[in-house]
Amino acid sequence: MQKAIIEKAKLLLADGTVNRVIGWKKGDFAYDSTPAVFNSAEELDKDFVYDDFTAANVSKYLIKESQKEGRVLVFLKPCDTYSFNQLIKEHRINRDNVYIVGIECGGKLDIEKIKAKGISGIQSITNNDGTLTIETLYGTESVSADDAMAERCLTCKSKKHVVYDELMGEDGDVLDSNRFDQVAELENMTAEERYEFWRSQLSKCIRCNACRNVCPACSCENCVFDNPNSGIANKAPADSFEENMFHIIRAFHVAGRCTDCGECSRVCPQNIPLHLLNRKFIKDINELYGEYQAGADTESRAPLTNYTQNDCEPSVVHERGVE
Amino acid sequence: MLMMSMEKIDDLFALIAEKQALYIPADNKDGAAEYTRWSEGVRYSSALNTLRSAKDFFFPQTENLVDFKMNGKNIEIIDTRKEAEDFVIFGVRACDAKSFTILDNVYLSEPVDTYYKTRREHGTVVTMACTKPAETCFCGTFGIDATQPGGDVECASDGKNIFFEAKTEKGKAFVESISSLLSEGDTSEVEKVKENTKEILAKLPLANLTTDAFGGDKLKEYFDSDKWAGLSESCLGCGTCTFVCPTCQCYDIKEFDTGHGIKRYRCWDSCMYSDFTKMAHGNPRLTQLERFRQRFMHKLVYYPANYDGEFSCVGCGRCLSKCPISMNIVKVMKALEVK
Repeated sequence: MQKAIIEKAKLLLADGTVNRVIGWKKGDFAYDSTPAVFNSAEELDKDFVYDDFTAANVSKYLIKESQKEGRVLVFLKPCDTYSFNQLIKEHRINRDNVYIVGIECGGKLDIEKIKAKGISGIQSITNNDGTLTIETLYGTESVSADDAMAERCLTCKSKKHVVYDELMGEDGDVLDSNRFDQVAELENMTAEERYEFWRSQLSKCIRCNACRNVCPACSCENCVFDNPNSGIANKAPADSFEENMFHIIRAFHVAGRCTDCGECSRVCPQNIPLHLLNRKFIKDINELYGEYQAGADTESRAPLTNYTQNDCEPSVVHERGVE
Repeated sequence: MLMMSMEKIDDLFALIAEKQALYIPADNKDGAAEYTRWSEGVRYSSALNTLRSAKDFFFPQTENLVDFKMNGKNIEIIDTRKEAEDFVIFGVRACDAKSFTILDNVYLSEPVDTYYKTRREHGTVVTMACTKPAETCFCGTFGIDATQPGGDVECASDGKNIFFEAKTEKGKAFVESISSLLSEGDTSEVEKVKENTKEILAKLPLANLTTDAFGGDKLKEYFDSDKWAGLSESCLGCGTCTFVCPTCQCYDIKEFDTGHGIKRYRCWDSCMYSDFTKMAHGNPRLTQLERFRQRFMHKLVYYPANYDGEFSCVGCGRCLSKCPISMNIVKVMKALEVK
């Protein structure tokens, strides 16, 4: 796959379709690629990588990249295309300056899950039909790729590319995902239990802002939490609820726009399951306004920014009860 | 050397905790190690290192500095410092132990930071030699020997016994206080373990990374390097690297209006943030390139310029594991390096 992608990129560079490529650059280990812009065939041959660990969603970088001179080639995984579409809908990306090649994704692996098995000193990781052979300084280990699958990929919502100029391989389908199961579990808790759950999770936050900065839905030029004039800017909790508040406000702000790409939870250094907050909003929107998938298209009006006479009344919150 | 059977480790913790607050690395619900105040039932983690560094003990993420209470035209100034308690941090790795020296250089030189100093005086650092370094470890780059972690008391284990060596006066007093559990023992096994660890350290993927090309006199070589643009291009501008870093030491001072007074506190700041260095006239660092450059220039050039060539990184590898986009000081050093 990686080889074919590099060849495709070189071709599109050579025929002038694009003048640069955004993708993933090889790191020092088997799993630490970094999103990067490649300007030449040499750079692509040397460092471009696409493997089990190239998890970063590069859509958000296109806000900046698409403002630059010339057209940029981007390789998007199915779930990344939803983020891209949503950014188009929000007029954040200059579509004319982007050439999208959709690429297949069989789910990405989470190195933390491998390390959590006590595997350390990793020198190389090879995936042979779902079995990972991991060479380490302390011996060879074997792990099933399913056991190392990233949390968000276990509940993958779609293998379908919702936007592309060109597709490599076959397009997949929207999946009948079980992604709301965990939300349902939280809903079935008592209010006290749920409060305890979120308090203990959100209180782990160190306010590094990685979730916000990686989030394709968080594209404000100056976030209220960074703006000294907003009156609520803060770098650390002034009281024990402040970081909880930060996440709640953020979840409200991205409600109806979050595509459930799961980058927030992927990047959280404290392992807070932030995606569950956003997913609760998605589930509620589906139930209250009808099925809606942010980023599935660029034309439709989102339920929360639209009005129909059938809309539920705010009182629905009370009707549904707090328990 | 004085030693104790590993089987007695909970007795040791109980004994220490009788007199002082004790913090040990323990696995949390997510399976990650974090420093936890010991009480009956808290188990010593076998993890190589804690998720967050040990700097929090001396330089916490937030700290109240002073309160102001308003009463008509009078302002009462209240010192909010509480009586500090004596505490022991057990199981600190060589990298984190070295980070305290780096923080000391900044906070204990004039003007002395008395908040930091008080914590340092009340804390006893008990270190533990590493036996299973990870691929992200590169403490050797900064002259740190993971098998000789330093601190007030230096410990090493051969799996069966823990050996204790006092390194400071405070350490001597600590070893004295636990002497009822210790006996003299033969170090040949633990020396073998150390040799074995050294062999692994030499084989680590970053074992050959050196600081030769960096230092306090390299400002001109690197400040205007054309590499910064590419390196910083994908930086999200989050604060993860700075917040998990044991040596990042910048803070901001903020005020919180309580409705009937003001709480002035400080909190960790990050040079990666857009409002870092924002001042009345504006901000001299307008783009992520300048912010990104600041972090690495500080660690590799400015800090050594100020403190006798010492670098402000200990190679703990936390930023390598935690950066959302896997950009880090190792990649920066490799890309920048001018031979």
